[in-house]
Amino acid sequence: MGSEVETNEEMKKEVVVVFDVEAASALVKELRGNFASGKTRSYEWRVSQLKSVLKMLDDHETEIVSALRDDLSKPELETIIYEIAMIKNSCKSALKQLKHWMAPEKAKTSMMTFPSSAEIVSEPLGVVLIISAWNYPILLSLDPVIGAIVAGNAVVLKPSELAPATSSLLAKVVGDYLDSSSIRVVEGAASETSALLEQKWDKIFFTGGGRVARIVMAAAAKHLTPVTLELGGKCSVVVDSDINLQVATRRIIAGKWCANNGQACVSPDYIITTKSYAPKLVDSLKQELENFFGENPLESKDLSRIVSSNHFTRLTKLLDDDKVSGKIVYGGGRDQTHLRIAPTLLLDVPQDSLIMNEEIFGPLLPIITVDKVEDSFAIINSGAKPLAAYLFTNNKKLRERFVMTVSAGGLVVNDTTVHLAEHSLPFGGVGESGMGGYHGKFSFDAFSHKKAVLYRSFAGDAPLRYPPYNRGKINLLKALMGGSLLGIIRALLGLSKA
Amino acid sequence: MDSIVIDLERDLDELRGYYRSGKTKDVTWRKSQLKGMLSLIKEREGDIFKALKEDLGKHHVEAFRDEVGVLTKSIKFALNGLQGWMSSKKAKLPAVALLSSAVVLPEPLGVVLIISSWNFPFGLCLEPLIGAIAAGNTMVVKPSELAPACSSLLANAIPDYLDNKAVKVVQGGSVVGQRLLQQKWDKIFFTGSSQVGRLVMSEAAKHLTPVTLELGGKCPAVVDSLSWSWDQEAAVNRITGAKFGACAGQACIAVDYILVTKEFTSTLVALMKAKIKDMFGENPRETNSMSRIVNKQHFLRLKRLLSDPNVQKSIVYGGSMDEENLFIEPTILVDPPLDAEIMKEEIFGPFLPIITLNDIKESIEFINSRPKPLAIYAFTKNEALRKRIVSETSSGSVVFNDAIIQYAADNMPFGGVGESGQGKYHGKASFDTFSHYKAVARRSFLTDFWYRSPPWNEYKLLLIEATYNFDYLGMLLVILGLKRSR
Repeated sequence: MGSEVETNEEMKKEVVVVFDVEAASALVKELRGNFASGKTRSYEWRVSQLKSVLKMLDDHETEIVSALRDDLSKPELETIIYEIAMIKNSCKSALKQLKHWMAPEKAKTSMMTFPSSAEIVSEPLGVVLIISAWNYPILLSLDPVIGAIVAGNAVVLKPSELAPATSSLLAKVVGDYLDSSSIRVVEGAASETSALLEQKWDKIFFTGGGRVARIVMAAAAKHLTPVTLELGGKCSVVVDSDINLQVATRRIIAGKWCANNGQACVSPDYIITTKSYAPKLVDSLKQELENFFGENPLESKDLSRIVSSNHFTRLTKLLDDDKVSGKIVYGGGRDQTHLRIAPTLLLDVPQDSLIMNEEIFGPLLPIITVDKVEDSFAIINSGAKPLAAYLFTNNKKLRERFVMTVSAGGLVVNDTTVHLAEHSLPFGGVGESGMGGYHGKFSFDAFSHKKAVLYRSFAGDAPLRYPPYNRGKINLLKALMGGSLLGIIRALLGLSKA
Repeated sequence: MDSIVIDLERDLDELRGYYRSGKTKDVTWRKSQLKGMLSLIKEREGDIFKALKEDLGKHHVEAFRDEVGVLTKSIKFALNGLQGWMSSKKAKLPAVALLSSAVVLPEPLGVVLIISSWNFPFGLCLEPLIGAIAAGNTMVVKPSELAPACSSLLANAIPDYLDNKAVKVVQGGSVVGQRLLQQKWDKIFFTGSSQVGRLVMSEAAKHLTPVTLELGGKCPAVVDSLSWSWDQEAAVNRITGAKFGACAGQACIAVDYILVTKEFTSTLVALMKAKIKDMFGENPRETNSMSRIVNKQHFLRLKRLLSDPNVQKSIVYGGSMDEENLFIEPTILVDPPLDAEIMKEEIFGPFLPIITLNDIKESIEFINSRPKPLAIYAFTKNEALRKRIVSETSSGSVVFNDAIIQYAADNMPFGGVGESGQGKYHGKASFDTFSHYKAVARRSFLTDFWYRSPPWNEYKLLLIEATYNFDYLGMLLVILGLKRSR
């Protein structure tokens, strides 16, 4: 017994390895070799990995809940629904549809290539890198990984170091349940990520903020690696009058504080409403917030905490800004020891305040007011395009104008954030909020190359395509490309004009 | 230097303001612009042919076949499809969904930059333009300075036929190119070399601008032993035409080199020699059926490819070069050394190396040990070989028994993978590449899931889980109290 323990200690000491550029390069080389064997391309392999993910989530649900509690004090229900259930859904619907996604798509052919047949064949890109975020550390790691797997790629996942319990849990369970010849987890922070980014990948999928996204894309550019960037932005909520205020309020609260306490890329960031409606809205929000979280929200178990002291400081700075500290109409309380900030409402903050110029990513909700609700669209469009924009209204015209004029990754009318759960909708940003999208088949597409394949027969060779060139050929070419049968006949008979 | 930036910034402000006015979103505006392009091409056809002849020595039939004719076809295809492309698409929702409606709606990206190449100077400028206009953007187009007559014609003609406030042409070389790349665009569409592609993407990264990069590579043609003389004739026609007859091999989708069995090589070479004489005459420079090399720099680059004595030895046909007229005759080589420049870099000229193999199946490994090309061509009737090529190699596209023609197919998205590029266009893909597909979801106020809010308890958890799983039976059981735990 004793000697076993000693050996284990020795082994542990040897195992502290720094993941540097050489290690990253060796990792990619190994995965490329394994990818080249064709293993990850088979339908059976992809199915087996999806089933293993399902089993992994079932077997380790308790540990996952516990890790998220350690990293974010995330309420158990949020973990079970948004981190676990959503992944399970992704797996299940992928299992159902994978055969269909993998099948080549027939493409139409025209007179130009007659006779011929054509199809679009989906093939894996190869070896892909997925960089995840800290706020939904399981969801934002495994959902893209599922996409990479269903498309037949080999994957390296780098979970966020700001959610360390989850990162190490992922490293362990992915190693135990998934095929480590083709799926690996690399833990670490900036230097490990840099080492990974120096390598040549066939695709990089990044979830995070705009600053790091620029670094990722610049690194990708050196190798001409395509990227999907899932970023964020200030997701605005426009609230019209004449609506079911109680339902609207609940949906705003659900999207903001019941989703990682405002630390989500699609969190309602700020509200725009009319000066006349604002008092009603504020009252309704106060009422429902108390219903949801009680009189002492700082102690509510149903709210995540702030992830780190850095972010805590960042958020309190937003609150303590001279321009807004007098505008708090509800909440404002904080507990530095436990990294908690209470749900806070601010009314009529100036547009040049800090809180209105960076993505809040926390439990603070500024409300700005306008004279007419239509004025809100210009305000939204004057800023960077966000990942999502929300509108609560029963007015059809307003709704139509909103859809036509507000540009964002996605829009939701009369709710917040729910569009993420609908996998027949692509989820992604535009402009500063990102490029590319995923979920459902869009995940499969994000990690695939769509190869056009044209089958021509040797028959039907048109000498008019080749030199030597003459008048007859040009007329016939014109007619052929114009698609008019009469034109073709006339050209063939030499009756075309010069 | 600064004056370029001042002008650019002013142009960009104008383009942005015009885009914000919403004018370009209107379908009537888009159609009028597309029709304007049709008129430009039709009315200025003579000038276009003249400019192409001046810049590249292109015969006007080749110019029609590869540029003018293709553009006309593409514009008509866009005019036909536009209304449908612009409409929102319903997303398939489950029977009792969280949402009452979900659609995906295309919208323009905003102000886009199109950088064109010199080898098909009209085609590669205007084909992306079709997509940018159809998708409702405003744009700057930068034609290649290496085709100056064409660049000049485009700069003069476009303002006459298209809306100046939405489409601006900026002429110039690499300095202008750099200044353009430093601005913030909503999309950059670049056609050119992989080397410059990297620069473009690096600049785009600073503004998180999405890019489509249409690059190049060494496009192989796998030629299987064909027994029927009819098939041989057609194959050789197509290879010879695709290599020497399309801008003298200066095309991203030209056949770069051939892979063939040792056994079939002599037949192939003999047929090709005969075909070259048929197509281009005894003296190709005299017959005007072949483009010339674009400029001295590229001519010298090509000359250098042949300067290696081991490469010289492998020439079996052609090889003569006329520096004064920038003309190189069709040249065939058999088995130049694999580590020579000519087998490492994209040739982009009228040299056709033939690499011989013991078995045609070796072509797959040969191709896979090199960067992914824009296209793979295979001339074969062998079903098994075809299947292997499609499933075991990777390229932008694959064409069986022909070459280059995929460029004209509206329903085949055109673009590369890996070193040969990212993103696609042609047909609807052009519209897509310049659009953002915005998800739009709606809920009713009526169906509110009261259990969506805290304080949390096990009951709510069961209901939410069932809702997200669309598990209606499960929901019922929970509500009836028949399911109390997970």
